[in-house]
Amino acid sequence: MGRGTTARVSAPPLAWSLTTGLVVGLVALCFAALMIGPYGLTPGEVLAALLGRGEAQAQIVVWNIRLPRIGAALLVGAALAAAGASYQALFRNPLVSPDILGVSAGAGLGAVAGIFLSLPVAAIQGAAFAGGMAAVGFVTLVAGLVRNTDRTLTLVLVGVVIGALAGAATSLLKVLADPYDQLPAITFWLLGSLASVTSADILPALPAVALGLVPLVLLRWRINVLSLGDEEARALGVEAGRTRFLVIAAATLITASVTALAGVVGWVGLVIPHIARMLVGPGFGRLLPTSVLIGAGYLLVVDTAARSIAAIEVPLGILTAVIGAPFFVWLLARGRRGWS
Amino acid sequence: MRLLLCLLLMIAAPVAAREVTDSAGRVVEVPEQVERVFAAGPPAAILLYILKPEAMTGWPRAPHEYERPYLAEPWRDLPETGRLTGRGGEANLERVLQIAPDLIFDFGSVRDTYVDLADRTQAQTGIPYVLIDGRFENTPAALRLMGDILGVPERAEQLASHVEQVFARIDAILDDMPEAERPRVYLARGPEGLETGMKGSINTEIIERAGGRNVADDGGATRGLVRASMEQVIVANPEIIVTWDRNFFASVFDDPLWQGIGAVQEGRVHLAPTAPFGWIDRPPSLNRIMGLIWMAGLLYPDRWQGDLRAETRDFYELYYHVRLDDPALERLLEWAEGRPPE
Repeated sequence: MGRGTTARVSAPPLAWSLTTGLVVGLVALCFAALMIGPYGLTPGEVLAALLGRGEAQAQIVVWNIRLPRIGAALLVGAALAAAGASYQALFRNPLVSPDILGVSAGAGLGAVAGIFLSLPVAAIQGAAFAGGMAAVGFVTLVAGLVRNTDRTLTLVLVGVVIGALAGAATSLLKVLADPYDQLPAITFWLLGSLASVTSADILPALPAVALGLVPLVLLRWRINVLSLGDEEARALGVEAGRTRFLVIAAATLITASVTALAGVVGWVGLVIPHIARMLVGPGFGRLLPTSVLIGAGYLLVVDTAARSIAAIEVPLGILTAVIGAPFFVWLLARGRRGWS
Repeated sequence: MRLLLCLLLMIAAPVAAREVTDSAGRVVEVPEQVERVFAAGPPAAILLYILKPEAMTGWPRAPHEYERPYLAEPWRDLPETGRLTGRGGEANLERVLQIAPDLIFDFGSVRDTYVDLADRTQAQTGIPYVLIDGRFENTPAALRLMGDILGVPERAEQLASHVEQVFARIDAILDDMPEAERPRVYLARGPEGLETGMKGSINTEIIERAGGRNVADDGGATRGLVRASMEQVIVANPEIIVTWDRNFFASVFDDPLWQGIGAVQEGRVHLAPTAPFGWIDRPPSLNRIMGLIWMAGLLYPDRWQGDLRAETRDFYELYYHVRLDDPALERLLEWAEGRPPE
């Protein structure tokens, strides 16, 4: 009894101080990112531009380029980390990333088809979103038709199949695309980038991500239960099928919206939940906000590097892989202490 | 290896043959009469169409509907054969054998990958495979070499001297133009205009050749196509932007992000026509000579002497074998003014 009271009293302050620390760190990162960029601005000029003073071009750089880009990086990082954390809990597997059910492959196919048809940017983003949603919808539909006792395994396997199929269709379009015009655009899109993000691109993604996050927050207890396994969940009175469907729908909505915005950015949804789990343990109620904060900060740092380390834009997907892969190996090497 | 290859060729080609040295330094035996030629990629197909259309066996990609009025009658209906080289080579070697060309040739890079590909294909099919250097500066030499191989030296000479004439006209106006005073140009690709080719890449050679300076210049560290960010374009602040992407061109004058850029403020964003082939690139072949004439006028409106209407008509007749009627010519010129056909 005494032990329980101590734990209950001491946990919240620790959690609060961690959350506060993460938020403060994130705000500091945002300010740092706002100061960095090829257009030479002193911190004073940036602040002046923020307040609507100074030369017009500086205001455009700060308000229309750096701020939307920082916002997009935060949104994409947070969204991918949230979706990754949900999927890892849902599938009870730490190797799962948000694209396990084919959302990235589907979004990639949608965007590539858009580029292939020479559509304008907004339509390409719409096609990516629709492609991602359609791929996962198709996966759940097919998995529902397959009579198999292990629902999770069926879902994952069908996801792999549909993902491979979408990948093949993407490759076909790449072969057919104009190699001097469309193919480079396709390649750049599939590597992910925030180079051309504007506030008009973020606005439709923002409510979609928020809409996806709400059920994840509300269902946090059920997701915890689900991560024990279907049988245990049923014993605790949780209907696994419906919860799983809701979580998949929410996580897919989140991932498809940000993939439409940024292109295919891998590794964030895989690695960030691990870090969060190391900090706060596997309880989903605290794992989700921690993942969101760390994911947002991580992608902000990576994107700031992408736009400032070279004279050209370094695609995001390349940087996240270069950073994520060795980090993940390190995580594996030190054992999965954080998982259970 | 090469000896074996030559032996094989001697057995395979009993007809009168001669030796030619291609741009990669490979010695290739080609038949005396070259009547059927397979172009390995789009740049080669354009060179072949211009030099000797009778020898064409097909297009790497069938011409689109809007491109057809700018191609001459019998040849625009040739079948699609796919491409052997370049990104995504998909032509089937068996189909190439079925076409049974006297010669395969590629126009473009002569780097090791392409040399190796040429050697392999030649060994596999027994059809001579010639590589021609596709750099802009090499265009007259490429024309003469290919004209010699195809047996049309007079036609090649006529074209080569036209190219040299265009080069010379530009060099004349650049003579007293120091590097630092030449206009700074950005070549915008992609629907957002945020893809470009670095200085030194084959995709942007036309900028330097026309007397501009490519703003995407990192001292030669990167070559080829790259992504740029809006902020980098703002920092570079180009005086002139050229593009062939209609989506980008349609939005650039309304997009608030681009309004601070000199080229947009001065109205110096220019859309290049792409019929039947791109004027400034896409693919990088002889089609760029038309773009060069156009761009020299855009970069040096006060110094460049030339009537774009007459020169366009002459170019299409001399290079593409089509005598444009007035509506077709008008469509093209309006396109180059920024009003593309639907």
